[in-house]
Amino acid sequence: MTATEARPEAEAPEREIGRERRRKEDQRLITGRTRWTDNIQLPGMLHLAMVRSPFAHARITSIDTTEAKQSPNVVDVVTGQDLAETQGVLINAWPITPDQKTPTHLPVAIDRVAFAGEIVAVVVARSAAEARDAAELVDVEYDELPAALDLKEAAADTVLAHPDLGSNKSAYWVFDSGEAGTGGNVDEAIAQARESGGIVLEREYRQQRLIPAFMEPRSTVVDPTGEQLTVWSATQIPHILRFALAATTGIPESKLRVIAPDVGGGFGGKLQTTPEEWITVALARRTGKPVKYTETRSESLIAAHHGRDQWQKLTLAADREGNVTGLKVELLADLGAYVSLVGGGVPVLGAFMFNAIYKFPAYHFAVQTVLTNKTWTDAYRGAGRPEATFAIERLMDELAAEVGVDPLEIRERNWIKHEEFPFTTVAGLEYDSGNYEAATERAKEMFGYDELRAEQRRRRESGDPVQLGIGVSTFTEMCGLAPSRVLGQLDYGAGGWEHASVRMLATGKVEVVTGASAHGQGHETAFSQIVADRLGVPFEDVEVLHGDTQVAPKGLDTYGSRSLVVGGEALVKASDKVVEKAKTVAAHLLEASADDLDFSGGRFTVRGTDQGVAIQEIATAVFAAHNLPDGMEPSLDSDATFDPVNFNYPHGTHLCAMEIDTETGALHMRKYVCVDDIGNVINPLIVSGQVHGGLVQGIAQALWEEAVYDESGTLVSGSFVDYLLPTSADTISFEVDHTTTPSLTNTLGTKGVGEAGTIASTPAVVNAVVDAVRHLGITDIRMPCTPERVWRAIQDAGSGTEATTGAAAPHFDASTGMEGTVDRTAGAQDGAQQ
Amino acid sequence: MIPAQFDYLAPTTVEEALAALAQHGDEAKILAGGQSLLPVLRMRLNAPEMVIDLGKITSLRGVRDDGDAIVVGAMTQHSVVGSDPLVAEHAALVSKAVEHLADVQIRHRGTFGGALAHADPAGDLGAPALALGAQFVIQGPGGTRTVPAEEFFVDLFETAIGEDEILTEVRLPKHTGWGAHYEKFVRVAHQWPIVAVAAAVRLEGGTIAEARVGLTNMGNTPVRAHAVEQALVGQPATPDGVRDAAARAAEGTNPPSDLNGDADYRRHLATVLTRRAVLTAAGATG
Ligand SMILES: Cc1cc2nc3c(=O)[nH]c(=O)nc-3n(C[C@H](O)[C@H](O)[C@H](O)COP(=O)(O)OP(=O)(O)OC[C@H]3O[C@@H](n4cnc5c(N)ncnc54)[C@H](O)[C@@H]3O)c2cc1C
Repeated sequence: MTATEARPEAEAPEREIGRERRRKEDQRLITGRTRWTDNIQLPGMLHLAMVRSPFAHARITSIDTTEAKQSPNVVDVVTGQDLAETQGVLINAWPITPDQKTPTHLPVAIDRVAFAGEIVAVVVARSAAEARDAAELVDVEYDELPAALDLKEAAADTVLAHPDLGSNKSAYWVFDSGEAGTGGNVDEAIAQARESGGIVLEREYRQQRLIPAFMEPRSTVVDPTGEQLTVWSATQIPHILRFALAATTGIPESKLRVIAPDVGGGFGGKLQTTPEEWITVALARRTGKPVKYTETRSESLIAAHHGRDQWQKLTLAADREGNVTGLKVELLADLGAYVSLVGGGVPVLGAFMFNAIYKFPAYHFAVQTVLTNKTWTDAYRGAGRPEATFAIERLMDELAAEVGVDPLEIRERNWIKHEEFPFTTVAGLEYDSGNYEAATERAKEMFGYDELRAEQRRRRESGDPVQLGIGVSTFTEMCGLAPSRVLGQLDYGAGGWEHASVRMLATGKVEVVTGASAHGQGHETAFSQIVADRLGVPFEDVEVLHGDTQVAPKGLDTYGSRSLVVGGEALVKASDKVVEKAKTVAAHLLEASADDLDFSGGRFTVRGTDQGVAIQEIATAVFAAHNLPDGMEPSLDSDATFDPVNFNYPHGTHLCAMEIDTETGALHMRKYVCVDDIGNVINPLIVSGQVHGGLVQGIAQALWEEAVYDESGTLVSGSFVDYLLPTSADTISFEVDHTTTPSLTNTLGTKGVGEAGTIASTPAVVNAVVDAVRHLGITDIRMPCTPERVWRAIQDAGSGTEATTGAAAPHFDASTGMEGTVDRTAGAQDGAQQ
Repeated sequence: MIPAQFDYLAPTTVEEALAALAQHGDEAKILAGGQSLLPVLRMRLNAPEMVIDLGKITSLRGVRDDGDAIVVGAMTQHSVVGSDPLVAEHAALVSKAVEHLADVQIRHRGTFGGALAHADPAGDLGAPALALGAQFVIQGPGGTRTVPAEEFFVDLFETAIGEDEILTEVRLPKHTGWGAHYEKFVRVAHQWPIVAVAAAVRLEGGTIAEARVGLTNMGNTPVRAHAVEQALVGQPATPDGVRDAAARAAEGTNPPSDLNGDADYRRHLATVLTRRAVLTAAGATG
């Protein structure tokens, strides 16, 4: 412990924040030499296989497990009845209204199944293969019931998804700016527009059902052999899972340790507490042995929660110049068979975003959530905000067409000007910062907007079989979930704070503990950069720990683009506390007054002298505790819990050019430019990854992905042959840039970026598709915009909005290579039910 | 995705494989590249008791020149066929079709014979094989027989290969100097074609002297578009010359309807894609 010379100013270490650091976690994540849940092997571990209902809605009349129990190495076969109350129950943490209808959701159904894929029995065996073999032998008899499948029909209660509830209508939630005092009365605005010769646009859009399709299938391992029950799960939310397990199984929270080891993606799809987790816990307790369950991809597609699935009825009022005067939004949202963890709340998250960046004087939002006999729905990247952004950005293009001006022009007439921030919106949110003009200006320039418009005109005039369309999306979103007080006002079951600890180890290394639970985002790298800067220690000396309730006892996990803006801020505060404590020690060691110390580059120096000491040296001194100020606790370690006072509001301008082959309906993306304002950037490389991936996911909703059910409630798109996920071969190189107006709601000035690309890109693409064929009389094409739909729209000039029907394409057939005729659809459907 | 239990044999000669087939009858399945069979087993759509892997039979691999034909061994991987200079020179239509078949991983595992024996009408190899008049060499307990393409494809997932037989090689008649193109219509790159058209043309001057056109996913088997072929003969290789002939592409076809498009849409696609395939094969653009 020596006080050494101060380094000259010029050699101040390079700041970590803003550096393009490669992600330190990628080596192990990409090679798979790491702790994925399914990689975990425990002594004597047993394996589960689920028996799932092939019917969307049916009464279970009998379950015969005799033969399955005799299958080799089967330990047990259990039904819902066998587990009874030991299985616990799955919770809905966000009842959006006090009178919400919430069907009881048991992990293993007992007398009735409400969607195809629901679990009716569980096999426990010594190997996963033996469990799977025995599962085939469980004989379940069903009495099929009529199924509520179509969202609109279900909303009319023609068939009941849960007959005992008496209605499929779960909750009706309203926000009205007139009533809230945040704006005028929308019906008056609409009537006024009608009477005064203004514009009233009425549109209905379909948000198709999507499947999150994370890369790592869900997996759970439970070890009951210690004092505490240890649960490993491929989840985004270890802390919430622990709480929910304790709340519903009777296991004291203190006897539960939940670990989300490395988790291979989630996109909201692992923001869930699942039947499979509850079942694995129940069977580990029942058998007294470690138990593992890993789903197959087919199971993941039918039984992990789906996303989106709304009908959106929209009425927009404007004056003749296109200045907006009111917006009315009426949604139907498909919950699927159960009200999942936050499922009912997803449309409510969109409620504050339909008005987007525009100055609507009056706004009304209403959502009816509806139960159906399909897979339950919940958060999927963007959760509520992509739906809202799609609707308003599509509408603004329609308004531009109606007024006869450029879509960017109509937006500029209506958006919040940069000098008007902070701005309180008609939905009651305060947007702290932003500059829509700057982002749009930059995007236009990168895009070559005017040249592409000129090319579009040329192609139209010459009747080119390949037409060009330009799509605009000037999005904003609210992220960084969330101020706890706001969540409370919305009846959400938890808060939105985040916790962090910074521990100075004896060797000078730093352990950082965060309550955010990464599942591929790069927290370990970004958080290391923040702490390295704050403490002035090398990036490599910082270790980020997360995802284990025993290591990170407090946290609210990762979703809603919250980790950096909430969790990162907690880290800043904890780091600053460490520095404060270290300063006292530094003053003591340097025999100076704390007021005379400067802290820079990890060193405390006595102002005006060459005396100094490094924080890492102080860590060692505190560990030895030989020479500390009187009365000081021998520890630098510090905690902080941060609860934001506001959301934050990334925004951006996205421009997309699509070529449409009018002969076939084929779509080709020509150019995609986005300029996002996400405030200050910690790691540009990670941001690029989030933006690129996010864009592809949003583009995929526009062009490719759709979960389709047939009339009997079987998921037809039950494999990746029919559920079309794009790969890099299907996308172009995006041109990405940023403008920066730092957020004022956290000291780093950052805004969330995890969902931005997905939220923004879908309407940009669909607007471009419609723009390419608008001169043919087409005003809408339903998502996904398939070549067939585009072609039909051109044929019928005006349609293109019919529902997807048809069977899966049967490439893997039961009789593969054998003689005999085959029912093309039967094989594929069986596959979907596995 | 765990298949039911099965026994496994990996013979090193066709004779051993045939003997095993004879012994196990319809309880056995042949395994080539496994790109179609393994998903079937893993999804438990089928549960054979015995899987006979042809992977160790080296005589079934490779491409050779046999006078008037190029011979492709059944176990030759797509990636090998796709980069083979003999195939490129004398049966270019096959090279073109393989280029966009599935994705890189599948092309390195999947085999020429396996894909044809699987007889998925959406498979990319059937139409080129049919268009070029391929001959399928099938070996069984009674010896070897050769089946022409028109007779090889029987129905959906059904070929002329008997239960006790193995497809050993495919003879592709040389079409040296012909222009060829495979026009595949997909929504995402790794997809089976919604519709595809295989076209090969021989030009004399600027005129089409002979044409071969095969259609993928336009019926329960690959379809030969005879009407188009005949109508093309004597036409100039120009958009106008080809348009009327191509318009006949959907004649007599019975395409499926699925999530990617219904039968009517496929019939329409067939005509557009046929025009484009023929023109590209002829070195013109349209
Ligand atoms: C995701 C995915 C995408 C694909 N996309 C395409 C595509 O776009 N276009 C396309 O054409 N194909 C596609 N395929 C299929 C691919 O071409 C397979 O390689 C092919 O269908 C089967 O070849 P294989 O060698 O893998 O045969 P296997 O799967 O091993 O066998 C297929 C069947 O043929 C039988 N068989 C195999 N060899 C013989 C033989 N010599 N004699 C008798 N019977 C035999 C087997 O018993 C089995 O029934 C795709 C496959 C996958 C998994």
